[in-house]
Amino acid sequence: MYKIIEKVDYSDDVYMQVIEAPAVAAAAQPGQFIVLRIHEEGERIPLTIADFDREAGTITIVVQAVGKSTRHLQKLGKGDSIANFIGPLGLPSEIEKVGTVVCAGGGVGVAPVYPIARALKEAGNKVISIVAARNESLLLWEDKMREISDELIVTTDDGSCGRHCLVTEPLKELCEAGGIDLVYAIGPGIMMKFCCKTTEEFGVKTIVSLNSIMVDGTGMCGACRVNVGGETKFVCVDGPEFDGHQVDFDLLMSRQRQYLSQEKESLELYVECGGDKKCMK
Amino acid sequence: MHEVKTDNPGDKPEKKPKRPKLPRTGMPEQPARVRATNFDEVTLGYNEDMAKLEASRCLQCKRPKCVDGCPVGIDIPAFIKAIENGDPAAAIAKLKETTSFPAVCGRVCPQEEQCELLCVLGKKQEPVAIGRLERFAADWELNNSTSSKPAIAARTGRSVGVVGSGPAGVTCAGELAKMGHDVTIYEALHKPGGVLVYGIPEFRLPKAIVQRECDYVESLGVDIKLDYVIGRTMTVDQMMESGHDAVFLANGAGLPSFMNIPGENLNGVYSANEFLTRSNLMKAYRFPEYDTPIKVGKKVAVIGGGNVAMDAARTALRLGAEVHLIYRRSREEMPARAEEVHHAEEEGIIFNLLTNPTRIIGDNEGWVEEIEVIEMELGEPDASGRRRPVPVEGSERRIPVDVVIVSVGTKANPLLTKSTSGLDLNKWGNIVADENTLATSKEGVFAGGDIVTGAATVILAMGAGKIGARSIDRFLQGQPLLTNEEQEAIRAAEEKAANKAAAR
Repeated sequence: MYKIIEKVDYSDDVYMQVIEAPAVAAAAQPGQFIVLRIHEEGERIPLTIADFDREAGTITIVVQAVGKSTRHLQKLGKGDSIANFIGPLGLPSEIEKVGTVVCAGGGVGVAPVYPIARALKEAGNKVISIVAARNESLLLWEDKMREISDELIVTTDDGSCGRHCLVTEPLKELCEAGGIDLVYAIGPGIMMKFCCKTTEEFGVKTIVSLNSIMVDGTGMCGACRVNVGGETKFVCVDGPEFDGHQVDFDLLMSRQRQYLSQEKESLELYVECGGDKKCMK
Repeated sequence: MHEVKTDNPGDKPEKKPKRPKLPRTGMPEQPARVRATNFDEVTLGYNEDMAKLEASRCLQCKRPKCVDGCPVGIDIPAFIKAIENGDPAAAIAKLKETTSFPAVCGRVCPQEEQCELLCVLGKKQEPVAIGRLERFAADWELNNSTSSKPAIAARTGRSVGVVGSGPAGVTCAGELAKMGHDVTIYEALHKPGGVLVYGIPEFRLPKAIVQRECDYVESLGVDIKLDYVIGRTMTVDQMMESGHDAVFLANGAGLPSFMNIPGENLNGVYSANEFLTRSNLMKAYRFPEYDTPIKVGKKVAVIGGGNVAMDAARTALRLGAEVHLIYRRSREEMPARAEEVHHAEEEGIIFNLLTNPTRIIGDNEGWVEEIEVIEMELGEPDASGRRRPVPVEGSERRIPVDVVIVSVGTKANPLLTKSTSGLDLNKWGNIVADENTLATSKEGVFAGGDIVTGAATVILAMGAGKIGARSIDRFLQGQPLLTNEEQEAIRAAEEKAANKAAAR
């Protein structure tokens, strides 16, 4: 069992948990992810590592509740435990000094961008961060990102905070101004797709972190396969980071929708039963 | 020939009564129509009378051939004799001297290609049902919960880390524990058992049995750490640094292969590994009680002709689909066990033999709609000795399906091997290990099972686990990995093989 040390609700749907997992924390690096399972009947869900503390032996995750499992996890707080917590999985980010890097995070995608941006900053890069969300209540980790960035831009789709625009607008301006050596874009598929479209025009290398459906997370099942540069890749062992200009985002997004009807059924039953396991049988 | 003589009417009948020529005792099983709708075990096992009757067919050969056919060298006549004598406790004790997993092997070993193939009775009639008798003895123990524990040597104070809790890893760990070493198994998944839990379905191997066998190995003092991915959570070098004096790598075959035909990434296309893992390990067949979903639809195509393809097909059938098996060669070339093919056919799997998929066609939403296949004919034999299937031009046709399950084998998983320095791999990415000792190019590191051989059988992996344990024990004691006699025997066998080849 893995204990939840801390839990913070950021909004009705978005929350943060710090989980005790010393072996995972000891090996964790920016860019990697974990797989967790809440209880014996639970599914295995992959989540990107938002932060890690080797000394405290903890991993931080930031989750947007969308289906049954993430709703259930949201109900668990400090002192509760989850059955399984596996990681760190996937390849770590390649952190090098390249010059100026734009780190763009959309929605909960800001959380996994954070350790990458911090590592890039520590490696001597100039870090310009873009923190984007649909509205102010969904904005995440603005302060944490400001601390480790040379420059911070905030955008909201509805203009409730920061600039009233999509993430792609400041990204385009930065590319136009020139001097950008690398872009990291992490968030929903559609956000990453348009970030890549924006930077491709300027030939600026763009790394994305893909969040496909997984089961084991160690290469065994192939559920997470994506098309990168015309080749099938497994996100769990070949990724999760890829050259965004090579990724078939439409396929990624289509595959992410594979279980929508089952996810809906499962969530409805969960809500109807108020989380009572016996009722769900 | 001595053993056959005792069956001769004219040969000293006063010393040993003539055995009546009994036919092989049939295995009771669930009727095909009933079992096609449930996940309960297909075969039900012998009762005591059936077991005694079948055991009485054994000729008790002085030099038993069957033992030569067993990859772990079980004393087959001895355990069968105990069953015949009505002493299943003695039978299971005998089995456990050599195998850690009798309830598993009795069910999933291909006995017809191993021990039973060499059974002397099999020359004139059907061989003794050795596998069924092994299962009887193991099940008797489970039902009577009298776990017989073998002798454990004095603690040596040496520590071994084993990667993977599948048949190779658990066998190796069990053997090492009996030798007195401290053993820790590192398992990546949340349940121990490897392919026995994620791959082989409940109806062929109940998971409660796998759990019992893993519990048994734990009772020998083995510590099983779950959720532990060697190569990620910890590297092999870190295992050695953290106090293990030797390491056995048994992390399995890994990555599923696809066919590289158009449409393979459409929604509704599964690898057999994914389909089976969802159903077996994650219990998706009980969704929504269990959270993991699985998609079957009305019509499923399963591609491949091995045991895994049969398991996937029969699982899809039980989930309510009409299942079409698509295999590019003919029935004779099918690598699956005859019994599995027979069971699949009985249950209503539709076989499309000499048929190969050419592409998978999707709808506007990215879901599988049809699979296009082409007819094949058998041409000249290929390197494997099997006749090569050749497409018949212009014979394409389409089968409407909702789901496609690809079961065309696996490749070596690079996760562990890429993170381990100094480990030699072959061109397919499998670990290179000495055939006789399982030593790798890395000091103190041994490897066995599918990560060395590529996908093979449970019993071969268990055999590798035993060899690995023997080598590791000798390594820890500073002895040569092979004794002089063993080296001599290997040399002699090689010479014999070379002479044979030269004579040809």
